[in-house]
Amino acid sequence: MNLRSTITVIKPGQQSLLQDFGRFGLAHFGITQGGPVDDYAYSWANHLLGNTINSPTIEITLGQAEFQVNHHCEMAIAGGDLNAKLDGVPLSNWSTFSARQGQVLSFGLPKNGLRSYLAIKGGFEISPELGSCATVTRDGLGGLNQGSKLNVGDELSFSSHLVTKKPTQMTFRYKPDYDLTLELRVIEGYQVNHFSQEQLDNFYAKEFEVSQFIDRMGYRLCGNRIQPPQQEFLSEGIALGAIQIPPNGEPIILLNDRQTIGGYPKLGCVARIDLPRLAQAKPGQKVRFVRGDLLGLQDVWGQWARYFGY
Amino acid sequence: MNIETTVDPVAECSVLIRFEAEPSPTLSWVIGEISQYLRNQLGAWVMNVTPSFNTILIDYLPHRISIFEFIPYLEKIVTQSLLHLPDQPEAELVELPVFYHPDVAPDLELYTSSGMSIDEIVTLHSQCEYTVGAIGFTAGFAFLTEVDQRLQKPRRSSPRVKVAKGSVAIANNQTAIYPSESPGGWNIIGNCPINLYNPNSSNILPFAIGTRIKFRPIQRDEFIELGGTISKEWQ
Repeated sequence: MNLRSTITVIKPGQQSLLQDFGRFGLAHFGITQGGPVDDYAYSWANHLLGNTINSPTIEITLGQAEFQVNHHCEMAIAGGDLNAKLDGVPLSNWSTFSARQGQVLSFGLPKNGLRSYLAIKGGFEISPELGSCATVTRDGLGGLNQGSKLNVGDELSFSSHLVTKKPTQMTFRYKPDYDLTLELRVIEGYQVNHFSQEQLDNFYAKEFEVSQFIDRMGYRLCGNRIQPPQQEFLSEGIALGAIQIPPNGEPIILLNDRQTIGGYPKLGCVARIDLPRLAQAKPGQKVRFVRGDLLGLQDVWGQWARYFGY
Repeated sequence: MNIETTVDPVAECSVLIRFEAEPSPTLSWVIGEISQYLRNQLGAWVMNVTPSFNTILIDYLPHRISIFEFIPYLEKIVTQSLLHLPDQPEAELVELPVFYHPDVAPDLELYTSSGMSIDEIVTLHSQCEYTVGAIGFTAGFAFLTEVDQRLQKPRRSSPRVKVAKGSVAIANNQTAIYPSESPGGWNIIGNCPINLYNPNSSNILPFAIGTRIKFRPIQRDEFIELGGTISKEWQ
């Protein structure tokens, strides 16, 4: 039996990246964490297959990607609905499926959300770089080689495994609708005291919009502006989900590929359990902020973290 | 050593230690030492320790250690470290070669056009010792202070799309070396031929927060010998 089985990238679409849970313990070198921007969907894709949390998956953004299945395997998709099909037959999202040698797995245009996570039983076998295969092009790390995105003809290996015919699905109760207006809970940080009361009221009262400047580093919002404090801050470490207010007043929410340090004033951080919704949001989607409670949010995140084994 | 500190949560999984002191070589050394200690101590709880000029950000896993245990624990470690650190820093000194020449440094003319000679620029930039105050922007990009007042110039109003790897540059009171090719808005005055960022070796970077840096002026022959290239491909 051939132990090294593969799938081949026929076309990568706009952006297909290998991602495991991320690269940690290196922020003091300026090396960012990477990893899935929708870690909820990523975690489900692996969880449905019984994989460990750090199993490499493919993050497919905006669809239009195709993969050739070279050996029988069991896979799962979760996250944005990108019209996934196997040999032209629609696949259920948030579900495992089995694929036979010779079949073609395709992703079309997004129907809901932006990104889908494709996991395979046992995970793709990728040599880690600095402990992780998370693709961060800017750091020259991860993916198949030094931060490369997936390209036409790339072959991804996995261990041969027995294929179960019966799919495992997530219960519908947990399925997010990524197209709804986003209500993001905010944990305020110490710099919040430097913003005027008027600007804070403005921040929580008004609606923002997802701009077209969105990527894995961060999401810039538009539609409303917040005046930052006059005071200058020295650059400091930036937590995941930090809400920066640059001089032009349009908030930027920082995601997985963010710079490790930065000096723009920060109002606080978006709750971790709300970030997947943001990372799946499209330009034009409405965003509102509400004050969040640190301990309550920590508790909810902790349940999620324990469930998936973070 | 007597420095006031505060430890505050900034997110579910992040706390920020703030040192109530002006940035200085001593403070950077202290922050570097404490960060290293924290990284070694906190393995199973901590995702990242990110030191900067007067702060340390710690990303941790609150389902493995409660915030009510973690913050007092950090406070204790920081207080004790400050108590035991000597008053005189014992920071490592790293010397880096730099080729100061218009062929690798498009912004030298900003200085020469206002009457400064290249020799003066080289002397002013290489005679003093700098301290790594923060690392970020890109992997391995170190913010070094304090640049001689006569060399201080603001960032370019419009950043370059492409700055060559190794470019040695100045922005306000800071100097830095671009460890890899990237966009950038600092004023380029030289090039360091050494590979600073080595993600595939055990020594990823030759410096950390608090390390002292000195620049050694070199001539073209040595620059080329050490692996430097003259691309002139700045945009």
